[in-house]
Amino acid sequence: MKLTDGEKRMLDGRDGQAKQKAMELLVRYGEALGAERFVDTTNVAGVPGQSSVFLDKYYADKKSAAHGSYDTLFSLFDLDSDEIVDVPRVVTHACHLQGGTDPENWQVLGATPKAAEVARDSEAGAVDKGIKILKTCTPYLVGNVPTLGEHCAWMESSAVVYCNSVLGGRTNTEGRESTSAAMLTGKIPDFGFHRDEFRRGTHAVDVAVEVDSLMDWGMLGYFVGDVVQERIPVLAGRLGKPDLVRYKHFGAAAASSGGVEMYHIVGVTPEAPSERAAFGGNAPVETFRYDAAARRRIYETLNSNARDPNVDYVMLGCPHAALEQIEEACRLLAGRKISSNCRLWIFTSRGVKQRADAAGLTKIVLDAGGHVLTDTCSAIGQALPPGTKVAALDSAKQVHYLPAIMGIQAWFGSTADCIDAALTGRWNGALP
Amino acid sequence: MNDGEIITLRGRKVVGGVAEGEALVTRQTISGWGGVNPMQGAVIETRHELRGVSFKDKVLVFPGAKGSSGWSVCFHLTRLAGTAPKAMVFNEMTTKVALGAVVMRVPSVTDLDRDPLDVIETGDWVVVNGDAGTVEVRKRAKAARRA
Repeated sequence: MKLTDGEKRMLDGRDGQAKQKAMELLVRYGEALGAERFVDTTNVAGVPGQSSVFLDKYYADKKSAAHGSYDTLFSLFDLDSDEIVDVPRVVTHACHLQGGTDPENWQVLGATPKAAEVARDSEAGAVDKGIKILKTCTPYLVGNVPTLGEHCAWMESSAVVYCNSVLGGRTNTEGRESTSAAMLTGKIPDFGFHRDEFRRGTHAVDVAVEVDSLMDWGMLGYFVGDVVQERIPVLAGRLGKPDLVRYKHFGAAAASSGGVEMYHIVGVTPEAPSERAAFGGNAPVETFRYDAAARRRIYETLNSNARDPNVDYVMLGCPHAALEQIEEACRLLAGRKISSNCRLWIFTSRGVKQRADAAGLTKIVLDAGGHVLTDTCSAIGQALPPGTKVAALDSAKQVHYLPAIMGIQAWFGSTADCIDAALTGRWNGALP
Repeated sequence: MNDGEIITLRGRKVVGGVAEGEALVTRQTISGWGGVNPMQGAVIETRHELRGVSFKDKVLVFPGAKGSSGWSVCFHLTRLAGTAPKAMVFNEMTTKVALGAVVMRVPSVTDLDRDPLDVIETGDWVVVNGDAGTVEVRKRAKAARRA
């Protein structure tokens, strides 16, 4: 790779050992990618130094009086260094995405006191380095909103696809090690979505059936990811105007069934003023048609592992709920209590939870017998109510992951179908 | 191609070093976090053709990575847990698979002159030379006779 003087300085160790280890990792990574240079970034979102019970135990004998558990883990795991180094404060705007456990409601989540303690210690370590504790997969809902053309280094596939497609920020799907190294150096390989030519659409999707509801946007996303895999789809057709929540569910689904990191919607998203602009003048490699039959197929796929209509768990908030989604759940609950055979957990960020508290929404959910929880979700935290066998979910992404990770059945439907299941303990959902 | 034939594929280094082992081949992209259990070194994705199959000590031959940004962490953890593959051969370069290969520290190559998914079958004996960017494939029948 061609390095600037500043980058060479860091790599030579003249700016300290931690930056040297971070640059070494970034160079190994850049060379693996085939990148020729780095871009500067000041907006980094990752999970720096986040411990777990496994990692805490794995590195237990490595920490010392000189290096506490945060610097030990950050050195050996985040920077993939063989030496433990003093980790300085970060040089970029840096935020911590979802992870750990809800600091107030960890007992509801079934976390052990040890897991809660490990999460607390990780958080204190991150704060000490100047990392903002957003603790969410939706940083763009709580203050980290990249601008058009801003070079970012973000983890979290659903946030990455939102950043590139909806905001016109520029990020690849980074990982924990690359984001932690970028926080110390302000550098990330100039590859993929940082480059104009890479951001052009490759495949066309002709939406031949009306897509308007949140559930329909989720299903369309799941279809798109499945057919284009990691390519860049350009959508046109019978699409209603998406709002933030629809974009959130669409992108999350497309990044789960495939590896979609960017999409264009002609006349809607910022880098697609026209079909020609979206494709950068190239012809689409292939055109896929999303019609009523494809829609039904996706619905059946998303419901393919569920058999038992007795629902004992309803999870909302994947990706983390926006305030209006918690409001919608409260409206659907309409003062009723959820079934004694069922649990309702709604996951969101701490920032949105604070506003839900202020709006009286958290209390409405609690009074109905549910919980509003933060920092994690059932898939990330591997946390289910005790005895859960059958879940109901309104997120195609969560349906993709949760049954595989936790070995349970899961139904997919609308938010209304899910709240109905929470109230009755039965799945009555159907494809509208 | 005939049984016992040795085929050499040429590409480029992703991660250096040399390792050999039995191939585990899939035509489906692999999810890391949520698609693989790192403690078992096995694929868990619900509809994946390798569901329940372990890649520990195998040479993993696959089209590329998909899914969560936890790909690198998941494969990083396989190194810590002792369940990592011995080497990786793949087609599609992405940030997920590049970073995962780097932190797993196993010899890895890509950009091969022939599609490894057409040439390599599960059970073939494969030598991955990351430094030279080559993959030497000994077809299964010969490896079986040796064993």
